Amino acid sequence: MTATRPPLIELAGVGKRYNVGLPNETEVLHGVSFAVERGEFVALIGPSGSGKSTLLNIVGLLERLTAGSYRIEGAEAGRLDDAGLTLRRRAVFGFVFQFHHLLPAFSALENVTLPALMREARVSAAQHERARAMLTAVGLGQDMHKRPGELSGGMQQRVAIARALVLEPPLVLADEPTGNLDRASSDEVFSLMRQMHADLNTSFLIVTHDPRLAARCDRVIELVDGRIESDRRGGGTA
Amino acid sequence: MLDWLAFERRVAIRFLREGRMQTVLIIVGVAAGVAVVAYISALITGLQRNTLEKTLGAQAHVTLSARDDVVLPARVPDADSTALVHTQPRVQRPRSIANWQALVPVLEAMPAVAAVSPMVSGAGLAQRGEASKSIALMGVDLERYDRIVHLRTKVVQGEARLGPGEGIIGRELADDLGVRVGDRIAIVTGTIGDSLRVTALVDLGVRELNRRTVIVPLRAAQSLVGLPGGASGLDLALFDVWAAQRLAADLARQFPYKVEIWQEANSQLVSALNAQSVSTALIRGVVMVVVALGIASVLVVSVVQKQREIGILRAIGATQGQMRRVFLLQGAIVGALGSALGVLLAVGLIKAFTTFVRGSDGLPLFAITLAPGLALSIAGIATLCGVLAAVAPARRAAALDPAQAIRL
Repeated sequence: MTATRPPLIELAGVGKRYNVGLPNETEVLHGVSFAVERGEFVALIGPSGSGKSTLLNIVGLLERLTAGSYRIEGAEAGRLDDAGLTLRRRAVFGFVFQFHHLLPAFSALENVTLPALMREARVSAAQHERARAMLTAVGLGQDMHKRPGELSGGMQQRVAIARALVLEPPLVLADEPTGNLDRASSDEVFSLMRQMHADLNTSFLIVTHDPRLAARCDRVIELVDGRIESDRRGGGTA
Repeated sequence: MLDWLAFERRVAIRFLREGRMQTVLIIVGVAAGVAVVAYISALITGLQRNTLEKTLGAQAHVTLSARDDVVLPARVPDADSTALVHTQPRVQRPRSIANWQALVPVLEAMPAVAAVSPMVSGAGLAQRGEASKSIALMGVDLERYDRIVHLRTKVVQGEARLGPGEGIIGRELADDLGVRVGDRIAIVTGTIGDSLRVTALVDLGVRELNRRTVIVPLRAAQSLVGLPGGASGLDLALFDVWAAQRLAADLARQFPYKVEIWQEANSQLVSALNAQSVSTALIRGVVMVVVALGIASVLVVSVVQKQREIGILRAIGATQGQMRRVFLLQGAIVGALGSALGVLLAVGLIKAFTTFVRGSDGLPLFAITLAPGLALSIAGIATLCGVLAAVAPARRAAALDPAQAIRL
C-alpha cells in the first residue's frame, strides 16, 4: 500500500435529512466523518435510532446523502445518478442484511450465483465452482440446492455471507447480521466473517448493537444521535 | 444469444412460478381473450369468403362493354360561350366491342385476370305452344363462361352442352314453358326467330334469374341479336376479387370501353361486409384492451408483492434497466403462453363449430379454418399487448427505492 493511495471509503461531514421541505423534516445524520482502509474490520455501534442503518445505506449507495462528501477510492460518489450508483455498488460492495434477504424462489446456490448472472448475463464454470466453494466454506456443501425456506436462520445468513463475498468485493456491509440469530448461530456467523476477512483480506463494516460482537472487531465506531461519539481502535480477536 | 437477457429471464420466470395461482389465472385469461379473437376472426373470414364465393361465383367480377351512345353536339362551342342544349337522349342499340377477338388474349395475359369470356346479350321471347315468356338471352362460349360462373355446378337436370342449335335454360322458365331436357323451344327477337333444343336446366340461385335465363352458343346469339361476329361484352373473373377496382381503373385508362366492377352491382353486399369487418375489428380491439388490463393489474400487484426481492436485487447490483426488463419480460411471457394456449383453444372451437353446426342438409354450413398467418399475427399482437401492459408496472419496479424496499 503506497502512502498516496486514498482510503477505500472516506466520508467528510456527511448529513442526511428526510422529508426535506416538509413539516416533518428530520435530520438523522449531522456531519459524520470517518474513513475505512482496505482490510479493516470495523463495527458501527450505537443505540437504536442513532442513524446506524441510514449511515450504512449511504455508504452502500442505497441512499443519497444530503450534505457533505463521500469518496470511494478517492472518487466522489455522492452525486452519481442511479446507473452510476449501481455500477459503483456492484464494483465495491457486498451486502449482508439482518433478515437474511435471500430470494425465496432461488436455491442457495442460485442466490450465490445471482450477482455474477446479473453482471455478465452468464455464470461461467469458474464462477459456478467458486460459488460452490464459497458455500462449502460457509458449511453448506450439503444444502446448496435447498431453497432459503428449507434452511435455518443461521444457514440462511451464511448463504447471504457467501453471496456477499463470492465476487470478492473490497468492502462487505453488514446490517445486524446476527440480530436475528440465537447465540450459538450468531457466534458461528461472526466467526465466519472474521475468517473470510482473514482469508480474503476483505474489509468489513458491521452495524451491530451486540457489545460482545463489537468487542471482537478491530475498530469500533460509536454513533449517538447522528454524530460520531467515539472511534476506538483495539486489538480485536478472531 | 443464449446469454441474451439471461438474468432477466431467470428472475422473470421464477417470479411467475412463485405467483403460481396468479400466473395461471392471467394466462388462462389471456388464452380466453386470444381464443375469442382468433375464433371470431376465423369465423368472419370464413363467412365473408363463403358469401363472396356464393355471390361472385355466379357473376363476372369485371365486365367490359361498348360505351353508351351519346348525342354529340352539332358544332364545337366557342371557348368563351356557354351553350344551353336541349336534346333527346339517343336510343341505345346493340353494339359490339370493336376487335374483341384480339382483346381476349391481351386481357388473359394480365396477371390479375383468371378468365375472360365473351358474351352477346339481348332480350327476346321464348315460345312453346301458347306460352310466350320474355327472356334474357345470353350467347356464350360454354368453356369460357363456365370458368366465370361455374355453370356446370349449377346444372340441376341434363348435361351442360352448347352445340349448334342447343341451349341451356333456367329451371323456372322450363316449368313455365312445360319443357324437359331434350324438348325444343322457339326463341324470337324482333324479327328473327330460331329454335333450340334444351340440353340442361340450371339453378342460378335466384328465382327471377331462373325464370328468364336462356344461354345459347355465341354464334346463335350473334345472329338473333343482330351482332354478326360481335360481342356485346367481355366478362372477367379475377384471382383476387378485391383487385377489381384497381384493374377497372387500369382498363378504363387503356381501352375505350365501359368498365363495370362487381362492387357496383352489389353495393349492399359490400357495405354489409364492411360493417362486419368494422365490428370484428372493434370486438378484437376491446378484447385486446381487456387482456392488456388484466396483465397490467396482475403485474402491478406482483410489483407490490415483490418489493423486498426487488430491493435485494437492486442492492446486490441489479440496474434499473434490469428490473424494468424483468417485468416487461413477465408481460411478454404471459402474453406468449396465453396466446399459444388461446390459439389451441380457438382451433378446438373451430373444430366444434364445423362438427356440430350443420345446415338442414347435414353438411357443414361453411368451412372455417384458422390460417397459420392469422394465428401468428394474433399471437404476436397479444404478446406485444403483454409487453405494453407491463410498461407501467415495470417502471414502478425500476423506480422503487432499494433502501426502503429492503426495510419492509
